[in-house]
Amino acid sequence: MKKSHLLGILIIAACVTIIITTAGDASSYVSFKEAHDMAAQGQDKKVHVVGQLKKTASGEIVGIEPSEDKLSFSFVMVDQNNQEQQVFYKEPMPADFTRSEQVVVIGGYHQDVFVADQILMKCPSKYQEQEVG
Amino acid sequence: MVHTFIGNAGHFFVIASFITSLLAAYAYIQASHTQDLAASSWRKYARNVFYLHGFFVIGVIFSLFYIIYNHYFEYHYAWSHSSRNLPVYYMISCFWEGQEGSFLLWIFWQMILGLILIQTNKNKAWEAPVMAVFSLVQAFLASMILGVVIGDLKIGSSPFMLVRDVMEAPVFALNPDFVPEDGTGLNPLLQNYWMVIHPPTLFLGFATTLIPFAFCIAGLWKKEYENWVKPALPWSIFSAAILGLGIMMGAYWAYETLNFGGYWNWDPVENAVYVPWLVLVASIHTLIIFKNNHTALKTSIVLVIATFVMVLYSTFLTRSGILGNASVHSFTDLGLSGQLLIYLLFFTLGAVVLAAIHWKHIPTSDKEASAYSREFWIFIGATTLCLMGFQVLVPTSIPVYNAIVEAFGGISNVAPPADQVAFYTKFQLWFAVVVAILSGTGQFFFWKKMDKEKLKNELAIPLIVTLLLSAVAILLGKVIDPTYMVLITVAIYSVVANTMILIRLAQAKVQLIGGSVAHIGVAMILIGILFSSGYSNTISINNSGLIIFKDAPEQENTENVLLWINEPREIQDYKLVYQGQRKEVKGVPAYVDKKILRPTEKPYMAVAREDFVHDGKKYFSKGDTLEYYGENTYHEVVFTNKNNGSEFTLYPRSQVNPNMGLIASPDIRKVLHKDLYAHVSAIPNDEEEKDWGETTETEVKMGERFFINDYVAELQGIERVNEVEDVELAPGDLAVKANIRVFGENQTYDLHPVYLIRDRMVGRVPYTLNELGLRVSLMNINPEKNSFTLGVNTTQKDYIVLKAIEKPWINILWMGTLLLMVGFGIATYRRYRDYVKQQEESSPEDKRKPRQKKESAVV
Repeated sequence: MKKSHLLGILIIAACVTIIITTAGDASSYVSFKEAHDMAAQGQDKKVHVVGQLKKTASGEIVGIEPSEDKLSFSFVMVDQNNQEQQVFYKEPMPADFTRSEQVVVIGGYHQDVFVADQILMKCPSKYQEQEVG
Repeated sequence: MVHTFIGNAGHFFVIASFITSLLAAYAYIQASHTQDLAASSWRKYARNVFYLHGFFVIGVIFSLFYIIYNHYFEYHYAWSHSSRNLPVYYMISCFWEGQEGSFLLWIFWQMILGLILIQTNKNKAWEAPVMAVFSLVQAFLASMILGVVIGDLKIGSSPFMLVRDVMEAPVFALNPDFVPEDGTGLNPLLQNYWMVIHPPTLFLGFATTLIPFAFCIAGLWKKEYENWVKPALPWSIFSAAILGLGIMMGAYWAYETLNFGGYWNWDPVENAVYVPWLVLVASIHTLIIFKNNHTALKTSIVLVIATFVMVLYSTFLTRSGILGNASVHSFTDLGLSGQLLIYLLFFTLGAVVLAAIHWKHIPTSDKEASAYSREFWIFIGATTLCLMGFQVLVPTSIPVYNAIVEAFGGISNVAPPADQVAFYTKFQLWFAVVVAILSGTGQFFFWKKMDKEKLKNELAIPLIVTLLLSAVAILLGKVIDPTYMVLITVAIYSVVANTMILIRLAQAKVQLIGGSVAHIGVAMILIGILFSSGYSNTISINNSGLIIFKDAPEQENTENVLLWINEPREIQDYKLVYQGQRKEVKGVPAYVDKKILRPTEKPYMAVAREDFVHDGKKYFSKGDTLEYYGENTYHEVVFTNKNNGSEFTLYPRSQVNPNMGLIASPDIRKVLHKDLYAHVSAIPNDEEEKDWGETTETEVKMGERFFINDYVAELQGIERVNEVEDVELAPGDLAVKANIRVFGENQTYDLHPVYLIRDRMVGRVPYTLNELGLRVSLMNINPEKNSFTLGVNTTQKDYIVLKAIEKPWINILWMGTLLLMVGFGIATYRRYRDYVKQQEESSPEDKRKPRQKKESAVV
């Protein structure tokens, strides 16, 4: 076999490995229920959950509780199936948190609470937010 | 008044620049197809059209700058990206805060590069076909800011839109000529000197990737399958240098300004520039192989095309809005995704089809590269770089797969890996190991004739030196992780091997050292990353933990510490004391205590409450009006090293911005072998109504000491005053001011509550000291008892939540970056000399031209 063929096979093998491992390491967007089921089955893979902060009928955000030492906080998030869940985060509350229209939490269930390793916020773009005049 | 003229002029220039670029493309295509006289007259015509295009592009830029500079806030671009008190040098940054402006920057660079190419290739065979490709790409870019609507079809987004045309606001119904008073300002994160130079560098890097691509396409098109390489190579190297520099500037900016705790986060936006750079560097290597022994031409063509396609793809990713949730900092979606997709597909398919048609005719060599040839190892190196890029590309494109599946009606819920840093590091680290080994060994094959014996002899010394040095580094650096041991050893090997080659080359032929210098740079970058990221150490760990479960407490350390003002707190090697909030005043070289500055209605003006003396020099006096940076607060934190007692102060910054909330930027203590990086994670919210609790009344006599909020205080005097802060005194008013001294931990504070009598009514102006959470009012004066009644309210003291991280040996990373750039620079110069020399040999009439002029184009 020619060396170039061998090299070609090696490259293809490397590419296939990369694709397979990426697929294996990729996370997924799930609901809280699915995330909970996964944790109950013993899967400890981190997931993404998309949702919003819990609001009252008048639009007030409720359920945000900073810890006593101010170093962490928890909040109530409503996922796209309208399921509520308390989420813990081990950093202080990001300052524009309450203004986000959408929140993505990355993490997993520890018993019955969801612990976020990372929070991504989608804030209304400043074009919409601002009022002229 | 709405200034419509300048906007119309700008829009006209945009349209004109689009049309002229199309026209130039057409004329250059004609010039490439015709012969002799016709060709030369088409070429001349095309050249003039391109010059005209350049003029229009300058016109667009001038118009937009004129609008920003003159604060014409009726224009949406000025309104949303600038404001009245923005310094002129940041007005340039307004250009790249928005998508339109950054396209404009790109168009500008490409126009300049086009002019340089015309100058350096005037009347040569390359001018017409290369510039045809160039002008066509330019037309696509110009279409992005065209802002023309035909029926329902919107082509491009113009930067010359009026606010009233972009937004629906009731005020325009009342008064269509309404002009907003002030703009919403430039994103404060972009108000940083790196942000003035990073985007232009990056976009110059993007723009230069077009040059090798244009030469390659021209070569395929004109069946000059081999000759395009010579002129393209110096530009490829130059492009890699500029793009690499742009990326590293971005990384440095992120490190200094953002607060994710590092310089690289594997965010899709970062990956989108990293991948093209890797492919570009790989293409340089295969081009060099081709120049040496005429193999790897097909691979080179593929990689040159791939580089440009990757640039287009990354443009599509970052600007189409497709990244959505996946990225923290992509541009806002302007609805250009369709147009961007057409741009991407047009050049991808065009190039692929062209290459496919000519594929059979591209000369190949049947020579089987020997495992002892230099080319073989360079080729493996290029392959590794491509795989490295591929590994980043696959997960970064996850949002694209989802979009494709959904476009076909399916449901796809694949998300990027949860811990991106760990995920990418796991692969990239091993690729880096291979790169380091190859870049060290490959250089020994420089003289081409190498066999087993020779190689053994050559490698003996560097291997011994490497083992010694890495043993020292591992011991001193306390590297215990086996993968890190491997990486540091191979990186040191690469430094040693390349240094040896460098010394040999420097003695023989000094212009050839570019490669070894660049490789040493890469190896140093690897060492720098290994220590600064691999051994990045969060020193502000809070061991009291996060208690989530009350019955079964699960300990999870939080990575921040809470610092109450003036209360010392110990973490790992340091004792920290937070000493309060400071402001930056224009013309004053030191930070100024926030307390002595009284804000005015203008956010950038303050009035001094006290004199300010620093280093024996008085900078301002009580009552002076000062220009200052109102929205920035610096938190003074004193670090005392517990081991040796040395002390230093850091001033991490917080900005409270109405659009973005709290923006925290770190302050970094830099010493040779490590950086100490600290930023605030939370601060008390000034806007929020504070809970001041109930008022407690205390009766005190003059000179008496008493306690408020656990601090010792003393009433030192009462005096009548003629002016009171924030209150307009009328004739006949009687105002008295108490002077209460509070003895804090490190300093004393003077509090001045005021008691006011107007028309027999009593008014009280309390004095608030946020730092200590104190508010004191003078409630009553009791002449019969010769005493005074004070009302005291207390609340939380000032505090910050701080995160501090040590980054060992980060300076090696920055030094390696500089070396890499120097190496690229030397190589660019050398390859350009080669090209010029070859041209002079092949066409003697060119000798008339002074050589100096051509070289200046690259330098």
